[in-house]
Order: sequence, then C-alpha cells, then structure tokens
Amino acid sequence: MAGIKKSEHKSYGMGLHDEVLTGRTQQTFFNSEEAENFFYHDAFDVDFNKRATIDAEKLQCKELNKKIKELIKQGYGTIVLKNPGAKHSLGVGILQKLNLIVEGSLGYFGVGSIDGPVVRISGRVGWSCAENMMSGKVVIEKNAGSCFGAAIRGGDLICKGSVGARSGIDMKGGTIIIGGDAGAFTGFMMQRGRIVICGDVGANLGDSLYDGTIFVGGKIKSLGADAVETEMTDLDVDWLKRKLKVAEIDRKIDFSKMTKIVSGKKLWNYDNLEPSERKGAI
Amino acid sequence: MPKKNIQKTKSIKKDSGIKSAREKMIGQHIGYRYDVNLLPDYKKLTPFLKKYIEHMGWDDLNWLEDVHMGYENGKPAVFDRNINGWVTTPPKMKLPKNQQDRDMIARELLIKFQMSPNHPLVVLKKAYQKKD
Repeated sequence: MAGIKKSEHKSYGMGLHDEVLTGRTQQTFFNSEEAENFFYHDAFDVDFNKRATIDAEKLQCKELNKKIKELIKQGYGTIVLKNPGAKHSLGVGILQKLNLIVEGSLGYFGVGSIDGPVVRISGRVGWSCAENMMSGKVVIEKNAGSCFGAAIRGGDLICKGSVGARSGIDMKGGTIIIGGDAGAFTGFMMQRGRIVICGDVGANLGDSLYDGTIFVGGKIKSLGADAVETEMTDLDVDWLKRKLKVAEIDRKIDFSKMTKIVSGKKLWNYDNLEPSERKGAI
Repeated sequence: MPKKNIQKTKSIKKDSGIKSAREKMIGQHIGYRYDVNLLPDYKKLTPFLKKYIEHMGWDDLNWLEDVHMGYENGKPAVFDRNINGWVTTPPKMKLPKNQQDRDMIARELLIKFQMSPNHPLVVLKKAYQKKD
C-alpha cells in the first residue's frame, strides 16, 4: 500500500500477515467446545416483541436505513416500515436477526446484502431484490422485477407472484421460491442453491449453470446450454413439501410431477481458451 | 451429535480421487468429492441446530442447507464463506460415514466458529470496519 510501511500497518501489528490463512491455520483460532453462542460478535440482542414503526414518506433511503440500525441498537426486534413509496435500496445491509415488515412496495435493490432478518413485503419489488443475500427469509406478497435474488448466497427468498427475467442469476446458494411464473434466463450461470418455480418459466432456463437444482411445476419454454432434466427423488419431494410450507405458498402441486433441472457438467472442464471444444460439448 | 457408524478421520485417504490424466496434470480434483446438492434430512437435526433456528426466528436450517462437510488437504473440513477459507475439524473428532450426519456436524462446527470471539473477522473488523 502506498505511503504505509509494513511495520506501521495496523494489521501487521496484530500479527495477521504472519498467519497463513489455510484450513489448518484456522484450527488454532477455534475451540469446538466453546459455549453456545448464537450472536455474531458485533450483533445486537433484539427482542421480537419490542416493536417500532417508521414512516418512510419524508425520509430518504440513507436516513431510513440509518434509522433501522438505530432501532436495532435499542433492542427493537420488530420494525414496521410504512409508506415505503417504492424507494430504492431500502432495508439493505441488515446483518443480524430482525423482523422487518414493509407495508407497501420497494424499488430497485431492496433488502440487499442482508444476513439474518425475516422480511415481509406486502407489495411488489423492483429489480435485484435481496441481491447478495446471505441468510434470512424474505417473503414478497405480489410480483418482483428482473434479477430477483441476483447472486444470493443463502437464505430463503420467496415471491408469491411472478418474477421477471434472470432470477437467481449467478446465485451461489440459498433457495428462491416463485409462486407464479418466471421470465427468461432464470438461473443463468447459477453455481449452487435451489430455485423452485410453481408456474411456467421462459426461454433458456438454467443457461450455463455450473451447479445447483431447479424445480419447475409448470411448462418450460426451453432449456439453456448445459441444463439437463433429471429424475426426482423421495428426498426432493419431502424437501419441496416442507419448503413450500415455509414459503407460505398454498397452491396445490403434485410434487412428484415437477421437473427437476440440474447441470449437465459438460462445461466444467472448458474455458475461454478452448472455444471450439466448448462449443462441441454443448 | 450422532454417534452411529463412527470411523476415524485418519482413515480418509489423502488426495484420494485424483484419477484422470487432467487431474494428475494439474495435481488437484476436478469437481467436488461430496454431493454439494444433497438436501438436508431434517430427521438428523441436532439439538444445537434446533436452538440456533429458534434463536434466529427461522422455520428451518435456512442458509445452513448449503453447508456440507468437505475436504481440505485430504482432511475433513467445512468452508466458511465469511473468511473464504476452510476450517478443518478438530484432530480428535470422529466422524460418521453417512454424509447427512457429517453435514449436520459441519453446520454445528461452522456456527460455533463464526460466533467465536476468536473468529478472524473480529480482528479484521477492528482494523478495517467503517464507522458511521
């Protein structure tokens, strides 16, 4: 780093750069017999029964997100957001447990980068809802825009209505559940996790997916490159039954008749340096 | 933690599975050595994980559904996304053969590691976290 001598840097003082961060080294930090603790070291202890309401009508996104964090610091476990007015980037970066109730619709990039909260949205959401979500549960009562759950890594993201194109693009974990239909390129470049679509899905489903599983209840317009159909297992059916209850989706579905899509894994061994071989594989 | 079908962790062969010419050339595995898409069997849920789910106000394992017991340098290990690295299991820990049981242990270990005051992020945040 420019202008900072090795010995002056804070992290060197703490001995961090002397440690090799491999799996074996991590073991020295960790005692598996440590006492039960369910909090991240910087998380606040909140009470779900302690409830607060924020009127978002006259607040800008930054002020509103700050207000949510202040209430969390005060121990409020349930926060109700009134009049969100489809403003963008609301409820982002919440890194702990919380009940967030949004009475209305969110704009673009709503509840992005969250890690833990349970969020209920009574209206619709714009592009890239819950982008980069790490854990928690988000339930949207109506429809969602494109790139729904882009790059999520964990947690349950549920839309009871229909969603736009490229839902679950680049997802690396977690579960996306769609009560209605989904647009084109759903699960594009998906790397891990699960997508459940109760209705129909557009063209190029699971295009170039590296890994992960997609379950479809309705019709599939077309499959993308390297997406292949496989057989449902009993574990899949049990998991789907339980997960749709968690998602609060009442729709009657014959789970055994759902279509299961996985990666054909033909793209695994090819890269941009081998375009002709790659083309032959798919 | 489940105690059935116990085997010693030492018995897992180092780098077993490097078979194809391509794998031999690059010196590592292509693909995973365990089923990354395996759905959890909730009958195997441990009391610790039940308490964690209750504490968070969730209905199920949530993000932990994607956590599995993998390997690092031929040793059983669990991947921690927060540090982008593998955490090996304690050397004396005996692991069951069944992947479902192993995965539940991996989930428990990961929670304990992430919530530990000794987690590397605690120190990193002290050094680099932005203040309001």
